[in-house]
Amino acid sequence: MSLLEIDNVTLRFGGVVAVNQVSFSVEEGEVFALVGPNGAGKSTVFNLISRIYEPVEGDIRFDGDSLLRHPPHDIAKLGIARTFQNIELFEQATVLQNLLVGRHRHRKSNFISELLFTPSVREGERRHRAAVEKVIDFLDLQAYRDKYIAGLPYGVRKVVEMGRALAIEPRLLLLDEPASGLSVEETQDVAFWIEDIKKQMGVTVLMVEHDMHLVSAVSDRVLALADGKVLSLGTAQEVQNDPKVIEAYIGGSDEPEREVA
Amino acid sequence: MRTVFKTSYDADINYFRHGAQATWYMLLLAIALILPFLMGTFWIGEMTNMLIWAIAGMGLMILVGQTGQASLGHAAFLAIGCYANVLLQLKLGLPFLLSFPLAGVIAGLAGALIAMPMTKLHGIYLAIGTLAISILTDDLIVIAEPLTNGVVGLFAPTIDILGLQFDRYATPDRFYWMVLFVAVAVVLVYRNILRSPLGRAFAAVRDSEVSAQAMGVNVARTKALSFGISTAITGLAGALMGHFAGIFNNETFNIIISIQLLLMIVIGGLGSIHGAFFGAIVVALLPQAIAISRDLISGFVGGGTVAIPGLESAIFGAMLIGFILFEPMGIYGRWLKIRTYFELFPFYRKDMFRRQKSYLKTERMR
Ligand SMILES: Nc1ncnc2c1ncn2[C@@H]1O[C@H](COP(=O)(O)OP(=O)(O)OP(=O)(O)O)[C@@H](O)[C@H]1O
Ligand SMILES: [Mg+2]
Repeated sequence: MSLLEIDNVTLRFGGVVAVNQVSFSVEEGEVFALVGPNGAGKSTVFNLISRIYEPVEGDIRFDGDSLLRHPPHDIAKLGIARTFQNIELFEQATVLQNLLVGRHRHRKSNFISELLFTPSVREGERRHRAAVEKVIDFLDLQAYRDKYIAGLPYGVRKVVEMGRALAIEPRLLLLDEPASGLSVEETQDVAFWIEDIKKQMGVTVLMVEHDMHLVSAVSDRVLALADGKVLSLGTAQEVQNDPKVIEAYIGGSDEPEREVA
Repeated sequence: MRTVFKTSYDADINYFRHGAQATWYMLLLAIALILPFLMGTFWIGEMTNMLIWAIAGMGLMILVGQTGQASLGHAAFLAIGCYANVLLQLKLGLPFLLSFPLAGVIAGLAGALIAMPMTKLHGIYLAIGTLAISILTDDLIVIAEPLTNGVVGLFAPTIDILGLQFDRYATPDRFYWMVLFVAVAVVLVYRNILRSPLGRAFAAVRDSEVSAQAMGVNVARTKALSFGISTAITGLAGALMGHFAGIFNNETFNIIISIQLLLMIVIGGLGSIHGAFFGAIVVALLPQAIAISRDLISGFVGGGTVAIPGLESAIFGAMLIGFILFEPMGIYGRWLKIRTYFELFPFYRKDMFRRQKSYLKTERMR
């Protein structure tokens, strides 16, 4: 059984069919990339998995369990973490606090014991902090630990958002354009991290990315979407050479073929 | 500037970040405790009033500053706390030691229940919804006349805790100490919220509901909880207000009080305990400050004192506009800047607290 199964899912926004009978599955332990021109429906697939949108047809299963039976706040608890294309951090909080929110899934105390800050709450705080420190070390965020998000440069925010998702200790990590707006060096870091997330942490990664260098470097399989429909599935090489994909990039999109070698 | 060398995670978990900070707050508490020996009865009354406003302010601050939800209806929960406390004493004969915490619980439950259908509302709609609660409560108090005595109002009995009397006029010092005790307890609870998962869930809901949800935070439940805790604390403040005022009716907690409470925490500085206290100092001491300066001026210019109706609200409003234009972080924000200026002297830069422009969120969720 695959870890994540998208089964014939459709979603419409008024007249626009953002996702049109899309099916694919992500195997445990792989890095799976979604590519496609702007407006292809990639982020919408993420938002469907996050239960922000309700599909009009089809099913989404995680580890055999239909996500459609779960409210949005259950998704993290099931072990799915995500980042957002346009960074959705908690701006008026520090990096540390942001990462600690990622630990919410592992919260064991109830609100009454927290109001009183009982010893078990303190014990929990120590544990969450230790877990978050591992993420901080992994992503080299030490220098920013106590900085407020509102004052951080874009590149650092991207990394913090990835860290917050990792603090969840997910089984499946959804990354929406992890390298967009990053410099070449920063993109290289992202590539290393994704490798480590897969190999060392054993986390399955589903990512949306336009940078085909990054996609080729890290993904095991690639799925190309255009106009909400599946175009092609295979290795990065196979998908890039698929005539249908080339056509979609050259023909249908206002964005010219970008970095498709 | 002080560099704190943290040697354990507890350094970030404890109430105080370093020893000197603890010393300052202990000193402040010590001064607050001996205040009745330094001040006359009148000023102790004013300080008591200030502390009660600070408690109410902290209640609202948890909702507005911490969770980012507007409320223009918090006077309703002052009223609920006040009436519940007194009615439990008068009708059921409960001692204050029981009626007081119960009043908080009742106001909290009322707040959480009312919040449930409202958690889907945002911004101006939430403000209007909560405003309606304030209006409604006013009417309900009049309608429930057999219980509340309607517009005539109720007398708050003298507080009796295990044989000790606490009365604003007969034993003002003791009354002050009791209010101080409650204020300190609320500060500690507030700090506990901030340093636990609950406070982080509040901040998450405040800053981004979508990603709070993606982190596993149940947004609706968190909002209701924030409402509940907020209104419970406000209810406690209401109960104290009742005893402080001695007599109260539906008018005591009208919409103006709701608005004043909200303005107070904005002027004080949203999102911090300090802000609630700074705001309370302004609200509680403004009338006295006006009276004193009026006396000074008339002493200067000669001639009798003229009472100008609405002067207080006008000054209050002007202050609010001033703060929103020049210091959106409130008095606390200004205080932080002044402190940093002296700590770093002469290296303070003007743009030190300027925030980097946030990125446009027009493309949210895509
Ligand atoms: N909330 C929404 N309301 C209406 N239409 C939407 C909404 N979200 C997405 N769409 C539309 O659905 C389609 C797919 O959008 P989506 O954001 O999934 O594209 P994408 O593949 O992520 O593109 P990009 O590479 O630009 O991020 C687009 O036509 C978009 O305009
Ligand atoms: Mg997108």
